[in-house]
Amino acid sequence: MRWRWFHQWGSPRWFYERAGRWQLVFGWVSLGLIAVGTIWGLGFAPVDYQQGNSYRIIYLHVPVAFLAQAMYAAMAVSALVLLVWKMKIADIAMQSIAVIGFTFTALALGSGAVWGKPTWGTYWVWDARLTSMLILAFLYLALIGLRASIRDPDQAGKVCGILVLVGVVNLPIIKYSVEWWNTLHQPASLKLTEKPTMPASMWIPLLVNILGYYIVAAYLVLGSMRAILVERERRSSWVKELVDRV
Amino acid sequence: MNPKRKQRLFIILGLVSGLGVTVGLVMYALSQNINLFFTPTQIAQGDAPVAQMIRLGGMVADGTVDRDPQSLRVAFDVTDFDHNVSVSYEGILPDLFREGQGVVVQGRLSGDQFLASEVLAKHDQNYMPPEVTEALRQSGKLDQMMGGKNK
Repeated sequence: MRWRWFHQWGSPRWFYERAGRWQLVFGWVSLGLIAVGTIWGLGFAPVDYQQGNSYRIIYLHVPVAFLAQAMYAAMAVSALVLLVWKMKIADIAMQSIAVIGFTFTALALGSGAVWGKPTWGTYWVWDARLTSMLILAFLYLALIGLRASIRDPDQAGKVCGILVLVGVVNLPIIKYSVEWWNTLHQPASLKLTEKPTMPASMWIPLLVNILGYYIVAAYLVLGSMRAILVERERRSSWVKELVDRV
Repeated sequence: MNPKRKQRLFIILGLVSGLGVTVGLVMYALSQNINLFFTPTQIAQGDAPVAQMIRLGGMVADGTVDRDPQSLRVAFDVTDFDHNVSVSYEGILPDLFREGQGVVVQGRLSGDQFLASEVLAKHDQNYMPPEVTEALRQSGKLDQMMGGKNK
């Protein structure tokens, strides 16, 4: 009885309907937050004394880099749930997150590169932070490829789940790379435990955007999961009913 | 949780923590290779290879930047406030290059000179509007604030 709320989400039909409602809410909320955060950050936040306007890339770069890592953490939780509880929905979550997580990682690497050129003087440097982020991108790609290469979904889920959990060791390396080793990438400006190293007029819009990107990620994952769910369950009666209604 | 699931959970957690320890030890053993640059102190102690491409990191020492008016040649000292290394470079410097700025310089050691082929500016984690910087400079708190955060 205690675990009912948890197991309910394992029911495909329950998930499909609930996730649909949440998706709608997440879609609109994230659109609002990202619009506010981006317009505020790009148009109204003050310029930086050293970098001028080019620092404004943080309103994109920081949220997508956070999400690149948060998506991997979410995928690792799904992998654990899949391997321990054998919940199929967790496998679908893993499959969806791999693609979306890769997109965020690629955006983080790309936006960092275009900022690096005017600020550092180079697009790319093999320092610990940039390299560990590149490894994260390759992990996501490996997961997408691995799944595509195994025909049986149950088998694919198990193998991908193990690879996801192996890759978890990369997450603390990314986070602490700028503290453990000397790097070109600067240390974090926003930390949970410390005061931000920028004034409120700069970090408030950044926080709005970070929240917005988290919610848009949830929106994208739910949408992708629903699509995969319907496809995998296409022979079941509830999907046939759904199709008849349309 | 039923015993079977509990067992699987412990196996997985055991494997992941074992892997974590392994990777941690490898990283620790390789830490000198993972570091992006040598500090002036390491170079003074002879830890850096001579006549081989390396990177040097530190701050551009105040009052040492010497630009040749005829060419793109520039000479400056990189310091970590314990030791200095003199760098000579010919080429375009990044916009953020200035005295007191963190830099990472690629090149090779030749005698006590560092012949640079590339100069990168290191940005710190501090962001500030220009008016605030000006106010801090006037009250003399800017160095204190910057010095506290940077290595």
